[in-house]
Amino acid sequence: MTPHPTTTSRRLGGFALIALGIIAVATLSICAGSVQFSPVEVMQALLGSEAVNAVHRQIIVDFRLPQVLTALLSGAALGMAGLLMQTVFRNPLADPFVLGVNSGASLGVAVVLLVLGPAGLSLTDGLAASGQMLLILASSGGAAATLFVVLLLSRRVDIMSVLIIGLMISYTIGALVSILMFFSMAERLQSFINWSFGDYGNVSWPQMRFFLPAILGGVGLGCLFVKPLDALLLGERYAESVGTKARHVRFFVLLGASVLAGTVTGFCGPIGFLGIAAPHLSRYLFQTSSHRVLIPASILVGGLLSLSADFIARGPGLDVVLPLNAITALIGAPVIIAALVKQRKLKRLF
Amino acid sequence: MTAEAQLTATQLEIGYRHGAERTVVASQLNASLRGGEFVCLLGPNGAGKSTLIRTLAGMQAPLAGELRLSGKALHEIAPRERAKALSVVLTEAMPSGMMDAYSMVSIGRHPYSGWFGGLSAQDRERIEWALHAVGATPLADRQVAELSDGERQKVSIARALAQEAKLMLLDEPTAFLDLPRRVELMSILRNLAHREHLALLLSTHDLDLALRFADRLWLMSAEGRLIQGAPEALALDGRFAEVFASENLDWDAMSGSFRTHPVACLNVRIEGEGLERVWTQRALERLGFGIAETDTSPAAFSVRISAGVWTVRRDGAEQCFESIEALIDWIRGEDWKL
Repeated sequence: MTPHPTTTSRRLGGFALIALGIIAVATLSICAGSVQFSPVEVMQALLGSEAVNAVHRQIIVDFRLPQVLTALLSGAALGMAGLLMQTVFRNPLADPFVLGVNSGASLGVAVVLLVLGPAGLSLTDGLAASGQMLLILASSGGAAATLFVVLLLSRRVDIMSVLIIGLMISYTIGALVSILMFFSMAERLQSFINWSFGDYGNVSWPQMRFFLPAILGGVGLGCLFVKPLDALLLGERYAESVGTKARHVRFFVLLGASVLAGTVTGFCGPIGFLGIAAPHLSRYLFQTSSHRVLIPASILVGGLLSLSADFIARGPGLDVVLPLNAITALIGAPVIIAALVKQRKLKRLF
Repeated sequence: MTAEAQLTATQLEIGYRHGAERTVVASQLNASLRGGEFVCLLGPNGAGKSTLIRTLAGMQAPLAGELRLSGKALHEIAPRERAKALSVVLTEAMPSGMMDAYSMVSIGRHPYSGWFGGLSAQDRERIEWALHAVGATPLADRQVAELSDGERQKVSIARALAQEAKLMLLDEPTAFLDLPRRVELMSILRNLAHREHLALLLSTHDLDLALRFADRLWLMSAEGRLIQGAPEALALDGRFAEVFASENLDWDAMSGSFRTHPVACLNVRIEGEGLERVWTQRALERLGFGIAETDTSPAAFSVRISAGVWTVRRDGAEQCFESIEALIDWIRGEDWKL
């Protein structure tokens, strides 16, 4: 009878292995770059030792550490949000952005960069910290507004309709963004495209004060619904028959997932594929549908994938920084394909 | 354990509400379900069987009337308390995700477990009992997605059993199953109702099995009435026929089944005895012929069966067939102007 003691120990082993991977990639990420450090130097810098000079300490503490932390938190948030969306919609293709928070964020950013920018606001010079903060506000605001509209519309309809409403709102907003882009100058377009590549380097310590609590809040909200989420795998009717208040659960889970997705998009730009790949990979690795296992697994797997993507995107040994979004897709898509091929049938994986 | 009513419907009106518009499916329904009773809900397509099941399960509000579960109004009972008294088996039995049968059954323990759904020893005992009760113990570790329809239906029933509710409503659990699996499932359910003193209501299209297994039948007519009684009583007094008979269908009280009207214009005389005669008659009826009652009544042809040979006599000419198959082929090949 499940769970066997061997299953439990295998699961603990799996978690330990992923955690070790996270520590390894995070260490590598902090050490490697235009200036190379040894792990010892990094430790000394973090502990405030005088052995490391001030410039190096600043690179480690003020640039690399927040970036690694952002990558880890974003991946964890997207992994969890993807899992929540896939369960609520009972759809293996659902990702954290099904309610359109991504498009909402992009509209906010497009308005700032393509409309307000030419009208006199100077943002494109990367040094302007206030400009960075304005972008974050615009994109978070756009995501929040979209979420509000979709949740309001979705209160009275069934779950498949929510999915379609989210999709339609995404298309509508995408069309508005296209129109804005059509009337924009080339250099403005370039800065918008740069935003859409995604970047974990935008969150430094001051922004972290907002980023971290929002992510922890979203994760916490999702964790409250472990049991109803398991029941929802059987569909809303069955869930209600075992005492779940399905509508109520659906609302809060969608809210939590969208806060996670919206926060990541707001601070780092749209990061695709991690949100789909992490839950699928977790199901494949742990061979279960129980959210008691899948929530921590998706958080850890998402964090690991995200850290690795960021590490590769920063091109260790190269002088270029590749678009983060391209790397997450390059990692995420093969992961999904491999898991599917290995299981032969989607039915077995999802 | 008393036989007091678990679920009572009084002057119930069921249907759908779209804003101010109401679509009434059936009304003035009075019925009750008691412990230890296996009830089958029958009715032609569109009579509202699923609507009634959903309404009784509290998934859909009644348009009017009263629904009481152990004396309390159904809609006033908190979802968790209701889940402890009433379980359902729906047609949508397919879970998404990599769920093994044990995990699926364990969801039936949700009304009893804590915030994070951890299982106590008592929960596990009940899950194992439920799997055993439907003969699904060997399936515990299998992925639900990989089970056959029949196995999945058993696991689905085990999940409802794990809920420890005294009342179980099943919406067409035997659909998609082959005949042996349907018979097996019906006998499992009937035995559970009797042994565990459960009140089971099952909707089905399987008239024959319902007649054989149910303690009581609920017949929903196309006009939205609910007729109740023991299967044999409904068959005897003709109410069974009334609900299902249509222009092209007759209730044959002798065999307890339905058959198409004999609209034959050509009769055939059969001479012979035994099984061969029975099946020859069936073949002829299937092909649209009537059977001549007497030796003198007019017949298109006659068939004499003896020693495994079918001899057809038609307009004075005789023809022999070595098998019933050859006879059928010949009949189908001729132009009878039926």
